[in-house]
Amino acid sequence: MITLDSCLIIGAALFTLGFLAVLTKRNAISVLMGVELILNAANINFVAFGFFRSYEIHGVLIALFVIVIAVSEAAVALAIVLNIYRNMRTVNLDEVDSLKK
Amino acid sequence: MTLLYLAIIIWLLPLLTFIIQIFFGNRLPRKGDWVVVGAMFIDLALALVIFGNVIYKYNPDFRAVLQFDWISLGGQDFPLGFVLDNVTAVMLVVVTLVSALIFLYSIGYMKGDPLYSRYFAYLSFFAFSMLGVVLFENLFGIYICWELVGLSSYLLIGFWFEKDSASDAGKKAFITNRVGDFGMFLGMLIVFSALGTFSLEGIKNGVESGQLSGTLLTAAGILFFMGAVGKSAQFPLHVWLPDAMEGPTPVSALIHAATMVAAGVYLIVRIVFMLTPVSTVVIAYIGGFTAFFAATIALTQNDIKRILAYSTVSQLGYMMLALGTGSYAAGLFHLMTHAFFKALLFLGSGSIIYAMHHALHAVNNDADPQNINNMGGLRRKMKVTFWTYLVATLAISGVPFTSGFISKDAILAGTLSFAGRYPQHFLLPFFGFAAAGITAFYMFRLVFKTFFGEFKISEAREHIHESGKIMTVPLVGFAVFCFFAFYTAGNNSISLSSPGEGWFYDLIKPPEQTAMTAAEMPFSEEIYEQEELPAEPGASHSYAIFLSLLIVGAGIVVSYRTYISKTISAETWAAMYPRLYRGMYNKWYIDEFYHATVIKLIFVWSALCRWFDNVIIDGIVNGSARITVIFSWFEGKFDNIVIDGIVNGIANATQILGWFTRQFQTGRIQNYLVGFLIGIFVIIIFRMM
Repeated sequence: MITLDSCLIIGAALFTLGFLAVLTKRNAISVLMGVELILNAANINFVAFGFFRSYEIHGVLIALFVIVIAVSEAAVALAIVLNIYRNMRTVNLDEVDSLKK
Repeated sequence: MTLLYLAIIIWLLPLLTFIIQIFFGNRLPRKGDWVVVGAMFIDLALALVIFGNVIYKYNPDFRAVLQFDWISLGGQDFPLGFVLDNVTAVMLVVVTLVSALIFLYSIGYMKGDPLYSRYFAYLSFFAFSMLGVVLFENLFGIYICWELVGLSSYLLIGFWFEKDSASDAGKKAFITNRVGDFGMFLGMLIVFSALGTFSLEGIKNGVESGQLSGTLLTAAGILFFMGAVGKSAQFPLHVWLPDAMEGPTPVSALIHAATMVAAGVYLIVRIVFMLTPVSTVVIAYIGGFTAFFAATIALTQNDIKRILAYSTVSQLGYMMLALGTGSYAAGLFHLMTHAFFKALLFLGSGSIIYAMHHALHAVNNDADPQNINNMGGLRRKMKVTFWTYLVATLAISGVPFTSGFISKDAILAGTLSFAGRYPQHFLLPFFGFAAAGITAFYMFRLVFKTFFGEFKISEAREHIHESGKIMTVPLVGFAVFCFFAFYTAGNNSISLSSPGEGWFYDLIKPPEQTAMTAAEMPFSEEIYEQEELPAEPGASHSYAIFLSLLIVGAGIVVSYRTYISKTISAETWAAMYPRLYRGMYNKWYIDEFYHATVIKLIFVWSALCRWFDNVIIDGIVNGSARITVIFSWFEGKFDNIVIDGIVNGIANATQILGWFTRQFQTGRIQNYLVGFLIGIFVIIIFRMM
């Protein structure tokens, strides 16, 4: 029997895994992958709430928007990573700390 | 009144030439001497016009006064005023005539001096000041000009200021005069506080109405006399006059013989109405003693100008003696005659010194050109100087047919009559007659040593020459005025011996209402009117002539036998009374006495003041400085430790805080995300509670 809670637990687990990936991975690509996991955790929540509850806007719609945004985000982020690599010859986030300046 | 305006022009003309001379003198042709001398001759002409008018009027009460407001302070007006009466007219002629001839003489004497134009500027400044003393009707104005006269005297004594002795003499003269002027100023303050006016007329009215009387009036009279003592070089303030001979000789003639030193006598003449019996006796004794005392010093001096200086002091003493014994007109009379023959003596000495200086210079001999022991036989070389000098010597000795004979006898007769009325004052005629004899002796000693015998420095004899015309003409001019007839000419007679009938005694009358007449102490003028009563004091004039002729003759004879025929040896006499001789030679040690007392006292006092300054005042100053330093040290510590500690502490704290917060800003996204996560957790936990 699939319940809302089990969906939310999966979403939360997925979010946690994604967040851990973001925090712990040193490679920028891996971090982006973590970000994808987080976004998809959100999508699961949207779909689950849309399925088990009824609101004016269906959660699936928002999930669709999120997928579109995630795609454009991934494109932009990969472009940034490429530029960082071109400038610094590394995608290792430990070494990319120019925000400090 | 027009005459008074004329007199004011006479007064202001020398001021004008002074201003021209001091600013433009060096750029004018001949360095401007013709401006000053010319102006003085114009002054002389104007003074003669005034004098002629006065003689023509022949009015003893002639008096023109011009009053004007000068300043007004706190409701108190200070008016000034000018007066023209017979005394002023006579003084104007004396001052301008003596000045004009001496200015002329100076052209020759000062030739080639580097400060030639400034010399003439000072001369006209002096003439301006002296004429001011004569013209002012107001004690305040007289006092102003009195001090200006002192200033110009100082400037001219120290004219050759590169010589230490000259600048010292100038200072000595000025400071000694200040002592007397201090007394005069106190006298003015007494008069002003009692009567509220400086005007002579006002003071006279105040004295007549008894507003100022008794001891205060006596004190005022004596204090005014103190001013006259300073200016007229009376004992004990006579010390400056012999030193003043450091100035150029024409200056000695003009200022320190003929005019300025007579200002003291003139002042007493002006204030004679406020003299009480006590103050007249003081004046008489100081004058008489000075006449005698200075004559004894002149006996042994060797410097030609110093002899004349002491003789001036002595003659001024005569004038004071005359005023003190009530011979009002005689005092002024002697002032006038003395001005001419003493100026002549000085100018003659100037001529001698000039000749000696050039002769000694020509043979490179550095003997003193003023020492009479270096002279002798000059009568053959310098004929004009010799004859004029002889005339003046006869006049000052009081030989008949000269002006000095008349004026000196008038004074001596006055003292005799005074002593006749008051036998307790027998010393006064004694002083007078003794001084007359001594004067005859030392003046002829001077003439004999200078003009007779052989010239002492034989190699320079050929170089002695008579001075130029510009110097001998004034000599002759003055010599003419040593003739008696100028002074005794009256309305219808010219007396040989007595001025009693002459214009002077007719025009110069003592004031009628005075403190003296109030005390029934008459003026001695009546001695000439009482001649026919032999037992009365009026006979004193005949006695005086007889006695003084005897004494003067004795003086001349003794002098002749000492210095010409050498039957009396001066050295033997000096050896017989060594103390007396040394006393006279060293001027009775008056200078030394002042050095040992007054000057020493001032030095001690100065040393005391210096000690006080060094120890007490400097101690306080240094002590407070030290306290300030210590206090500042503490303050510095407080600043360094507490204030800087706080400031630095704040800065350090900020730095530490900054360091602390900087640790969070790693620049790594992941660290920020951890913080973000922690924040979210904190918010969630708070929300849940």
